[in-house]
Amino acid sequence: MSTATQAREPFSSVTSAVVPLPRNDVDTDQIIPARFLKTVNRAGLGDQLFNDWRYLADGTPNPEFVLNQPPMAGRAILLAGDNFGCGSSREHAPWALMAWGIRAVISSSFADIFRNNALKNGLLPIVVAPDVLSRLFALVQAAPDAELTVDLEAQELRLPDGSTIGFEVDAFARRMILDGTDELGYLLSLEDRIAAYEAEHPPRVSTIPA
Amino acid sequence: MSAPDPNSARPRPRTIVEKIWDEHVVVPGTDGAPDVLGIDLHLVHEVTSPQAFDGLRERGLRVRRPGQTVATVDHSIPTTDRSLPIVDEIAARQVSRLEENCREFGIPLHGIGSPHQGIVHVIGPELGLTQPGMTIVCGDSHTATHGAFGALAFGIGTTEVEHVLATQTLLQRPPKTFEVRVDGTLHPGVTAKDIILSLLSRIGVGGGTGHVFEYRGSAIRSLGMEGRMTICNMSIEGGARAGLIAPDDTTFEYVAGRPHAPQGAAWDAAVEGWRRLPTDEDATFDRSISFDAGDLTPMVTWGTNPGMGFPITSRVPDPSSVADASQRDSLRAALEYMALNPGEPILGRPIDVVFVGSCTNSRISDLREAARMLRGRRVADGVRMMVVPGSSEVKRQAEAEGLAEAFRAAGAEWREAGCSMCIAMNGDQLEPGQYSVSTSNRNFEGRQGKGGRTFLASPLTAVASAVTGRLADPRALL
Repeated sequence: MSTATQAREPFSSVTSAVVPLPRNDVDTDQIIPARFLKTVNRAGLGDQLFNDWRYLADGTPNPEFVLNQPPMAGRAILLAGDNFGCGSSREHAPWALMAWGIRAVISSSFADIFRNNALKNGLLPIVVAPDVLSRLFALVQAAPDAELTVDLEAQELRLPDGSTIGFEVDAFARRMILDGTDELGYLLSLEDRIAAYEAEHPPRVSTIPA
Repeated sequence: MSAPDPNSARPRPRTIVEKIWDEHVVVPGTDGAPDVLGIDLHLVHEVTSPQAFDGLRERGLRVRRPGQTVATVDHSIPTTDRSLPIVDEIAARQVSRLEENCREFGIPLHGIGSPHQGIVHVIGPELGLTQPGMTIVCGDSHTATHGAFGALAFGIGTTEVEHVLATQTLLQRPPKTFEVRVDGTLHPGVTAKDIILSLLSRIGVGGGTGHVFEYRGSAIRSLGMEGRMTICNMSIEGGARAGLIAPDDTTFEYVAGRPHAPQGAAWDAAVEGWRRLPTDEDATFDRSISFDAGDLTPMVTWGTNPGMGFPITSRVPDPSSVADASQRDSLRAALEYMALNPGEPILGRPIDVVFVGSCTNSRISDLREAARMLRGRRVADGVRMMVVPGSSEVKRQAEAEGLAEAFRAAGAEWREAGCSMCIAMNGDQLEPGQYSVSTSNRNFEGRQGKGGRTFLASPLTAVASAVTGRLADPRALL
């Protein structure tokens, strides 16, 4: 992958206390509501992360919502219920999570598009078995400041008691994140192959008006 | 490789998904890398593309295939008078950014004022750009709509939009396949929308994750293209990035003669190829579900995701009857948001707004059905009904057929084409606490405006509710 370009800082592990969000089916409209998608930039979405849960009608922070609890500031791991990130394809969802400071989300499953979008930005979607997820929520409830380590290199979660839980991750995406490279560089390196394919497969349609 | 044995020359039976996939592998995945998949058609809109174009500029890249790329504006544009400037400065900047990007990179744009402007998933089929056997992508999760034509069509994020712009390919791993078989005949007043809402209520909002749905069976075959699009459109609401229906004569009739469809000898050759797409008889799916269309009644959602739906004659579910703790919590949170009580009937629930529109149900046949039920009736006092055609073409046709006049005469608003209150980015939105009956695809919290509450339903159920002022069963008004 000689033509792969450096896209971001290489990343191999993160150690942090966790932000618990014990809800299933958290959709991307909750992660970042659509009215904030009128931006033409990637930056600055951290303030709107979970906007409608995070702020009351008068715009003040909702003290009940987890992100507004003082110890949560600076935490980099989100622990969430099943099927996290369902709904729209907006990449603003991982952008907003990362802008707030989240580097890894742990759940028992992720929606496909969210998972893809997260991996392309170096945000780790870590899938654990449902019983493991329950155990992690229980652990965090008992010890709210307990730190977990998400180790991408070793593909394991490390718990405060020293025990470890392995996780699967797409091998290609893992390599990209560990190296800090991105997929576009890889695709561009295949220029000859793409050109050969195109020579054999003429366009099926032209969008240019006749 | 040993020499092929002539007696075992019969190829492996494949699903339509596998056939399309195999046709489009540019570079097979090796060393842990995914397949590189060629993309036939890339649809672009204003919301998920600006950062992708910036990425191209940063690297000094061009758009590789402008002639396989097409753009329109739909999400953030107003659906009011198009001769006026966009009041929302941020939305206006997003729209002008798309115009600049299309100009700079040579991409055809159906912008504001164009006769072909419309929701991206409405104009693709309308223009004949959407064709069987294609790979189609867009930075929008409802791209599966195009699967109605037997295309493999799926939503992508902005980074992938940049990949497609730059290389006309994507890195992808083959999906699993999920057969959705619907046989039988729909009763009057029950529609394609009710089929998909019923599926979602059976499998849940994450039930199809990692899979592509193939909708099959006699009930699917007997639907027109627009009903098929309604069903494929909501595949993502079951977690499936794509959903498709094998092409048949209904498909070919719809595509024939459209502006970008093949013509003459090229048409004949294309149809011959398309006839080979349907899933082989002995092919197997990773998962299957089947149900009978004759058992369905009009559906409505009661909760805060599209899987939380039931027949409109049902009573609101009771969280205390759910064994699983996390599901019980989800149900409780949904009922709290919707301000519904366990055990109460959903029929007769007062409503504030009716929205007929979105890439799910804004095509001419949807509007015809809605107008037919509305004729001779009036939108109930205190109810706001908005009808938003899916495209400028649909709008013209509806006006020519007298549908627009029927909507206006009944007291509904007849608006310009766009996504409108489906996503509530453009000022068309619910007030906090309001209830809508919406023909769109998502009832997530705040989806139609912060604090707004959405009941998803078919156009017929929407109209029946509009004239009644309450959630109503359309079968009573047929």
